[in-house]
Amino acid sequence: MKPALLFDFIVDKENKTIHIKREFDADLALVWEAWTTAELLDRWWAPAPLRNETKYMDFREGGYWLYTMLNENGERIRLDNEEIWSKWSYIAIADKESFTAKGGFCNESGTMNPAYPQNLWETKFTEANNRVLVTINSTFDKPEDLEQTIEMGFKEGFTMGLRQLEEWLSTLSTLGK
Amino acid sequence: METRRDIFQAIADPTRRAIITLIALQAMTPNAIAEHFDTTRQAVSKHLQILTTCELVTQKQHGREIYYQLEINKMKEIDKWLNQFRKLWQVRFNQLDEVLLINKSKRK
Repeated sequence: MKPALLFDFIVDKENKTIHIKREFDADLALVWEAWTTAELLDRWWAPAPLRNETKYMDFREGGYWLYTMLNENGERIRLDNEEIWSKWSYIAIADKESFTAKGGFCNESGTMNPAYPQNLWETKFTEANNRVLVTINSTFDKPEDLEQTIEMGFKEGFTMGLRQLEEWLSTLSTLGK
Repeated sequence: METRRDIFQAIADPTRRAIITLIALQAMTPNAIAEHFDTTRQAVSKHLQILTTCELVTQKQHGREIYYQLEINKMKEIDKWLNQFRKLWQVRFNQLDEVLLINKSKRK
């Protein structure tokens, strides 16, 4: 059996950053395509049962990705009675190596909504052992922005991997019963 | 700078996680807890102090002894937090695994 795919999720409040690492069992060209083309992004970006719908995608420096999500009834998702659209503006792209984008919530025409924080995404792709490791650093302008986004009071230096924490919690909940 | 105490700091330390696991079974005295660890009594007592400040454990007096017990409801805060991320990123990445798998076989 192949070893499990690595998955790290670390919130670093002090540096206003979320670090995510995940391995994928595919070649670099395909993983890159899955992160950079609307056709493939639409098939995995929205967490089920939501469905992703791209309105516009221009993957090059200075270009952007504009999308929304649809619920099970095919309706665009809303927050406070407003449709939720997201826009990622591509700042830097190094083919099959990395891309940097600034993103946040906007309206259907792509005008950013100042009520929500924007964050900077740096996504790197590295090949190792026939797998591709994707590393994401998501940085916010202000610590409050990170807080607003993850809706929690988090503590500096909390660096436990998500999987490890989950395992521990499930052990604990068995014990507590 | 004042150090803020919260539940996430409480569980960031492996010894504190072990303490929580221990007292999840039953309330225990500091001595009984310390017996399970190679560290000094003082170190364990310091961890208990942090856990208490984070409101993850409470003290209960039984005769002469003080017992530490786990506040299970506090633990649910972690679950709540985790669920937000677990849902989004795990679902998202599992979906990506599928997309990659389908496209891999298409190309062969």
